[in-house]
Amino acid sequence: MSNPVQIRGEVLDVKRAGNYFVISLTAPGIPEITRPGHFLNIGIGGEETSMLLRRSFAIHQVQMRGMYGGTLDIVVGVSGPGSQWLSERRRHDPLSIVGPLGRPFILPKEKVSCVLVGGGYGSAPLFMLAEQLRERGCRVDVVLGASTEEKLFGTLDIKRLATTLTITTDDGSSGVQGRVTDVLPDIMDKSDSAVVYACGPMGMLAAVASVASEKRAHSQCSVEESMACGIGVCMTCVLPVIGDDGVTRMVRSCVEGPVFRGDRVRWSDVGTVPADTWGAPVEGGH
Amino acid sequence: MTRAVFSPAANGSAEQVPDVDMSTSLGSLELPAPVLTASGCAAAGRELDQFFDITELGGIVTKSVMLQPRSGRATPRMAETPSGMLNSIGLQGPGIDQFIEKDLAWLDQRGARTIVSIAGSNVDEYSKLAQKLRNVPGIAGIEVNISCPNVENRGLVFACQPDSASSVIQAVRRFSDPKMPILAKLSPDVTDIAEIAHAVVRAGATGISVMNTTLGMVINTDTMRPALAGVTGGLSGPAIRPIAVRCVWQIRKALPDIPVLGMGGIRTGQDAFQFILAGASAVSVGTVVFNDPSAPIRIQHELAQQLADHGFSRLSDAISYAHRSADADLIADEDEEFEVE
Repeated sequence: MSNPVQIRGEVLDVKRAGNYFVISLTAPGIPEITRPGHFLNIGIGGEETSMLLRRSFAIHQVQMRGMYGGTLDIVVGVSGPGSQWLSERRRHDPLSIVGPLGRPFILPKEKVSCVLVGGGYGSAPLFMLAEQLRERGCRVDVVLGASTEEKLFGTLDIKRLATTLTITTDDGSSGVQGRVTDVLPDIMDKSDSAVVYACGPMGMLAAVASVASEKRAHSQCSVEESMACGIGVCMTCVLPVIGDDGVTRMVRSCVEGPVFRGDRVRWSDVGTVPADTWGAPVEGGH
Repeated sequence: MTRAVFSPAANGSAEQVPDVDMSTSLGSLELPAPVLTASGCAAAGRELDQFFDITELGGIVTKSVMLQPRSGRATPRMAETPSGMLNSIGLQGPGIDQFIEKDLAWLDQRGARTIVSIAGSNVDEYSKLAQKLRNVPGIAGIEVNISCPNVENRGLVFACQPDSASSVIQAVRRFSDPKMPILAKLSPDVTDIAEIAHAVVRAGATGISVMNTTLGMVINTDTMRPALAGVTGGLSGPAIRPIAVRCVWQIRKALPDIPVLGMGGIRTGQDAFQFILAGASAVSVGTVVFNDPSAPIRIQHELAQQLADHGFSRLSDAISYAHRSADADLIADEDEEFEVE
């Protein structure tokens, strides 16, 4: 695996896309070693900022060539002052970037049929993934879901990469009314999918992983846990995951994730420390 | 190993580091450089070594390790606050045996100077930790994290009472190599920090690390509940820096001969310079690492620049310089005039 780098990048372009912003950046040294599912950590608010914690963004696209060398895109949903600041950047503004971070999606060796499921702008890392799966000759069915139409991301662009595209919205404003997991079993049956890739909110990932297990398919889920450091030192982004040895540990989603096997994450226990976790509190103290 | 690209800031200043003697000591612990990592903000060095050469630092203070493996608390464990953050991790870690076998062995092989931070839930656990570390190679010093709840005394934090603080230090001293430097890490959440410092020094601490995080709380206004699963958490980052500088100052005043490792919200070399002037012989940098993974080495370079800019050719001359008498400036001015002539 390549080591992450800490670099100064530059904003090339900020484009509005529905409820989101697509920010194109120069990030010297990063695009070349980025794989689908990797993420970036971006410093917010400049050098004197009072917002110390970097914000994490899945890498959406990379371009290797071009007059600026390698560039990449991230998708920003404004949810607080940090993402707001980022959405207000303009061409040539400097950005402090650390990346690529995390464990990326694992791609199948065989030309198997894959379903990619994105919730909201969780679809962002699926574009590179779809591209690489298609290059390997895999069938790629895509399901994108959100609460409402404006919260979908990339529905037009992903069409050219997808064998089929199915959209769901909770309110029916676009595509099928309902959840991604309402349509997923049927799509998996029709395409005989062997692998499900998913990125989105925790609840969606839990439901997708459960469908994949029922269908005896392999699932790879990219989680969105809140992080302080993104490089493995702070221990804030942990969740209970079952290891190869069958033991549950609180693992860091920044370095051991963000992509996990869906059948290894204890979805219903996320946010807690299950009693059988390695090193869990025992009665009478540790 | 492959070296990561340095941040432009770290790289740029590395080339023009001024000629200042940065060596320092914490009692018998000699350090070639004065900047260390702060416990809990650098794990065991491996992750940060991707961003800069950790052997260039004064040392690595590892995340507090306990006797047994420990899962830590439920999430959320963190909340961002103005110029800081609140955390409640619950000392997640591998336990001392695996720490020695994997982390310490790696640090030793890497050539880093390692200060091992230990934490316990009762005095006996601290004794056992000290015994485990005895005769293990690659340990430059022990930092005793006494900001842990004492399960045998209603969960009161050891660091908050002179007697419980000193009983922990006494135990660690007793079971450690007599030559091993022992730093007691103090909490600012006390009425009189000098009293605690006196107590731990009497119990055998060879130096003071100050300060740990200060207890805080954030309410999530969406859920209208505490933001952290652990309800309260430790506040760190530049927001707490003035409290830390004050603690260093008070301890230096009370115990002029005891070396102090200063920490709390250091973000720049200028911040580190404040701690040195207040009486710290070395500094640890913590939370800033989350903002800038190469901060420790950047701050070390910036501190050298600060010292040079203020006319110091040796770091050791700047330690406690803010405590000098008013007369000292007059004498210094005269000296300068004399030299000019």
